[in-house]
Parts: sequence; C-alpha cells; structure tokens
Amino acid sequence: MARRDTKLRRTGVSRRTALMGMSAGLASLAMPRLGRAADDTIRIGFPTPLTGPFAAEARDQVKCAELAVKLVNDKGGIGGRKVELLVRDDKLNAGEAATRTLELIEKDKVHAIVGALSSAVQLAVNEVTRARGVIYVSISQSDTINEVKDFSKYTFHEALNPHMTTAAVARQTLKKGMKVAHLVADYAYGHEMLRGFKRAQATIGAESVGEILHPFGAPDYSTFMPRLMSLRPDVLCISNFGRDQANAIKQAVDFGIKQQMKIVVPVILHNQRLAVGPDVFEGVVGGANYYWGLETQNKTAAEFNAAFRAANGGAIPTDYGAYGYSGVGSLLQAMQAAGGTDTDKVIAALEALKYDLTKGPQQYRKCDHQSVQSVLVLESKKKSAMANDNDLFTIVASDAGTEDLLRSCSELGHAT
Amino acid sequence: MDLSLIIMQLFSGIALGAVLVITALGLTIVFGMLGVVNFAHGALFMIGAYAGLYLASLTGSFWWGLLLAPLLVGAFGMLIEFVLVRRLYGRSIDDPLLLTFGLSYILVEGVRIVFGSDGIPFPTPSQLIGVVDLGVGFFPKYRLFVIALVAVVLVALWLTLEKTRVGLIVRAGARDPQIMRVLGVDIGKVWLAIFGLGVGLAALGGVLAGPMRSVNPEMGTLVLAEAFVVTVIGGLGSIVGAVIAGLMVGICISMVALFAPEMATIVMFALMAAVLLVRPQGLFGLKGRA
Repeated sequence: MARRDTKLRRTGVSRRTALMGMSAGLASLAMPRLGRAADDTIRIGFPTPLTGPFAAEARDQVKCAELAVKLVNDKGGIGGRKVELLVRDDKLNAGEAATRTLELIEKDKVHAIVGALSSAVQLAVNEVTRARGVIYVSISQSDTINEVKDFSKYTFHEALNPHMTTAAVARQTLKKGMKVAHLVADYAYGHEMLRGFKRAQATIGAESVGEILHPFGAPDYSTFMPRLMSLRPDVLCISNFGRDQANAIKQAVDFGIKQQMKIVVPVILHNQRLAVGPDVFEGVVGGANYYWGLETQNKTAAEFNAAFRAANGGAIPTDYGAYGYSGVGSLLQAMQAAGGTDTDKVIAALEALKYDLTKGPQQYRKCDHQSVQSVLVLESKKKSAMANDNDLFTIVASDAGTEDLLRSCSELGHAT
Repeated sequence: MDLSLIIMQLFSGIALGAVLVITALGLTIVFGMLGVVNFAHGALFMIGAYAGLYLASLTGSFWWGLLLAPLLVGAFGMLIEFVLVRRLYGRSIDDPLLLTFGLSYILVEGVRIVFGSDGIPFPTPSQLIGVVDLGVGFFPKYRLFVIALVAVVLVALWLTLEKTRVGLIVRAGARDPQIMRVLGVDIGKVWLAIFGLGVGLAALGGVLAGPMRSVNPEMGTLVLAEAFVVTVIGGLGSIVGAVIAGLMVGICISMVALFAPEMATIVMFALMAAVLLVRPQGLFGLKGRA
C-alpha cells in the first residue's frame, strides 16, 4: 500500500507541474485579449433566485434587466462601451448569494451589482458589496436596508419598501374600528410587512385580533385556517411572497374565508395570480410597484410595455420584472451621466438622478438611497370582468411618489 | 382554547396526513419489497400532478385525470424499473439511490422545459368546491373527499396484499426472493409491478394534492422529505407503519400549528428524532432491516 501511495503522489506532482506549465502558457496567450475585453465592457452582476419558490418572479427580473441592457447597447452603449449582464442563481439562499456576489466582484470584475429578490438575501448581498466598495442596487422589498445599520454609500434601493406598500394598502382597505388578523411568513419580509401593517393600523385606528407566523415555504396552510376563522376578523392580511402567497390564498378560499372576511396582501403578485386563477384571487387587494394596465393612464408605462413586448414576442412585463428594468436602467443612466464606471462619480450621479423608466418620475433620496416612487393598490378582477387573459387587476389607487410615503431620515438614524 | 377548534384542527391534521400516507406508502412499499430507496419519488409525485392536470384538461373532467394519471405514471414507473433500476438489483443500496436521485433532476428539468417554471392553476372539481358544516366549523369538501379516497385506497391495498394470491406472492417475494424463484415464480415480474405500484401511488398523491396547492416543478421536493420522515417514523418498509406515522405527523403538525404555528414544519423532524431515539428501527420496522 505504502509503495502505491508514493507512486500515486509522484505521478500526481508531475501531472500538476505539467498542467501548471500548460496553463501558464495558455494564459500568456489569452491574456492580452482578456485584458482588453476587461477594459471595454461594463459588467453588471445580477444575482437572483432562478430556482425555488420565487423562480417565476426572478425570471421576469432577468428578462427586464436584459431589456434595459439591450436598449442601452442598441444606442451604442455607455461612452462607446458595451454593457454586459452577468446573471447568477442565488437559489434564494443568503450564503449562496454572498458567494456568487463575491465571485462576481473578484473573478468577473463587475462594476456594480443589481438584483436579489428575497429580503434576507439582499442583506447578504449588501454585506458583501459594501465591504468591497461596489455599488449595489437592490430590487427586493426591505425596510432594514434603508436603516443606518445596513446602509452604506454604495447601497441603493430601487424597490418599494414594506413601510410604503403596507401604508398604501391599509389606506384603501382598513377603516377605524376594523378587526384585523395576520398570517405572516416567519422571516424578514413577513416581519417587516407585519410591522408596516401594524403601524398603519395604529394610525387608522384598526385593531389586531391575532397574528400567526407560518414557516417560510410551507406548502400547506390548512392547519392555520380554523384558528384564523375563530378570530372573526373583518380583514385577513396575508404577508408572504411567491408560491407561499398562492398556496395560502388558495387554501384560505377553500375554507370559505372570503365569505367571512376580506383578504388583503402587502404585495399582490402577477405571476401568483396567474398560477392559481381568477376565482381564487377574486377581490383580493394588494400593493404593487407596477402593473402593465397602467399604460392607459401613463405614457412611460406604455413605452416600457411596448419595448418589452417587442423583445419578448408580445408578452407583458410583470411587477417584479419592472424592478429589474428600473434597477438596471437607473444605474446605466447614472453611468451615462458619470461618463463611465468610477464608483464615486456614479454614486454622485445616482443621487442626483431623476429617472422615469416604468411608471413616472423617481429619484433616490440622498440620506438612505431609497427610491421615491409611486405605489399602486390593485384589486384582483373576477373572471367575467376580465377583458383578456392579462387583464388581471383593477387599479384602485396610484399614490404619487413623494417623500411623505417614506419614513423620515432621522427616524432611520441618518444624520439630517 | 375551545373544543370545536381542536376538533377542526384534528380534521385538518387527518386531511394533511392522508396525502402524506399515500406518498409515504409508495416509498415504503418499494423499499420494503425491492430494497430500493426511490429518490425520484417526489419528482414522480409532481409528474402525477402535471399528468392529472393535463389529462383533466384534455378530457374536460377531473375524474378522468384522477383515474388515468396514476395508471399512466405507474406505467412510466414500470418503464423506469425495466430500463434502469432492474440493472442495479443486488448491488449496494447506494446505486439505485444515486440513479433515482439523478432521475429526479431530469424529471424536474424536463417539466420546466415543457410546462415552464411558473405555477399552473389546478381547479378544484366543481362538485367538491365549497365547505361542509361539521357542526364545529366549516371544512372544505375537497379535503373530506381526499380523506375518504385515501381510506378506500388503503382498504383495497390491504385486501389485495393480505387476502389474494398475488398478495401472497408479493409478501413472500419480499421475505425470500430466491425461494420464490425456485418455486417457479417469475419474481422479476413481481418487482416490476411493485415498482409501478409505488410510482402510481406517488402520482395519485400528486393529483390529489393538485387542487390544494399550486402545481409547479418543485412541488415534489418537500413532499419527498416529508415522505421520508413518515417512512422512517413508521419503520422503513412497513405499510402499517406508513399509515400510522402519516396520520400521526399530519395531526402533530396541525396541533402544533394551533399553539406554536412557526414550529409547524420543524415538528415532524423533532418527532422523527424522538422516535429514532426510542426505537431506531421506527415504530413498526423490523430490527436490523434499516
């Protein structure tokens, strides 16, 4: 045995030496070309959960991010430099996302990161980018990313945050004296939405009668339904995301919950409404950053829809897709204004930027880099009221984007 | 906490357990008789849901989907046994495990390519929409139907295995395949049928779960984990064990959901750990088997 080991080790070493020599030779041949490419192209890293319960939303993010890149490249790029989008699957896992982000920064030498879909995962990405001094435009809902603890000058937040969405939804659905029950996914997103709803309830004067936290990614919600019904609320707020939303609403409807109370969600998801059909979602009210039907009242939305349709065979963009477009789009506009990828110049350009990519004017607030933007409140249509397969929602309200929708800079701990 | 709520929780738990029983049963039968740990079981559950949905929309009736999907997917399972799994009998337990593990990836990706990665709506059959007043609260008709159907399937399965000649051969084949061969029984055919039955049960679980959950390519992943937990608690290879453990896990999840909802998923793993500490072979497992 001992002799065989030595022999193996010896061949191993010699092979490794040979490989090293060969790769060094290859590298010296390839280097000049690689080096030139590295100088030319602007690379944007895009981690997003292509697999797992948010896959549908993630895929739309990618499509729209690619569209934003394509439109810039079609016009000759940024200062003559082509833009490249490097999409990575973060598998909805904070550790995976951190590894992929680090790889994008160290190995692929990206100039900025845009992406993530889960509130917990985006914080992991943010940890990496701020430690490395790389710009990160988050396109996932989060309140904590605005707070001084997680904030850095490199951190930008294009998505809505739970405070904005829950306040807008509560204004349309809750009234003084109403009883509200909560079914909440037991992780950052759910907790932040719950906090947002309770804050809005306090302002309006509605009362909480119960809160049930459910495990993230649970396929069955039947065991929570008898309890929720026994609380006899007027409104049930279901604060979860992706397939959890579809499954929870579907099973609530199976139990006849809609006959007793109104179902309200912080964010009503286009893809999940498609996944369970109109009858299940009928009458459910929720917030949204974007809905394609905005095109009848908003010129930018019409243009965005048209560009997306042209690039995707007539399909329409969805809510989370629009984040991918505006997240990458706003960053590229800032790079355009900064005349390149110099991090400090791009940050200054982002802070000064006024952009209108999907639904009207937006801008990043200076203190916390939160995008000030409009919030939509949508109600799911019943089947007979749908004009076509994509006619999913009625726009109940469209709150114009002002700083009043946000928590104040001083509340978040920023110097004012 | 009032009593009617606890009774309602019990019903939710039994309905939840019923689907667990059906899926765990297929897994445990295949392991008990063939010694194959089928890691593609969850993927075949998902295939069952898609097949049921497809057949239901093709024929315009949920009932045809419910009947045909398990048969077709079961036949597909026999094909898998005949072409792939059969070659690995007599080898170490890892080989078929790795094979089926790889197969599950292929099946999930295949469905993603054909049907896309979005969820697809699976409407509840019109006859079973709505709720029934149980006296203590309202319960969905469809979930009651699932409990009843699973009970019927269990009785039919038990009668076949215990009271018929085929059942006798199957049970004897699990005990000692060599003697069966000597006695002139074509044990290969028996194994083929058993594998098909196991896969058919997974597919039946998938069709039944379809109207309760959104149908998507990853829906089998968690189901596989749940089915494993149930078979381990019940004892690998034990049919009675799978039934008792499935209901136990369902009721446990449901009761925990009432008092500590955020623990509802963890509880089944805690239960498994507790059972394994006391009885390493599971509740109804044979010593030295697993």
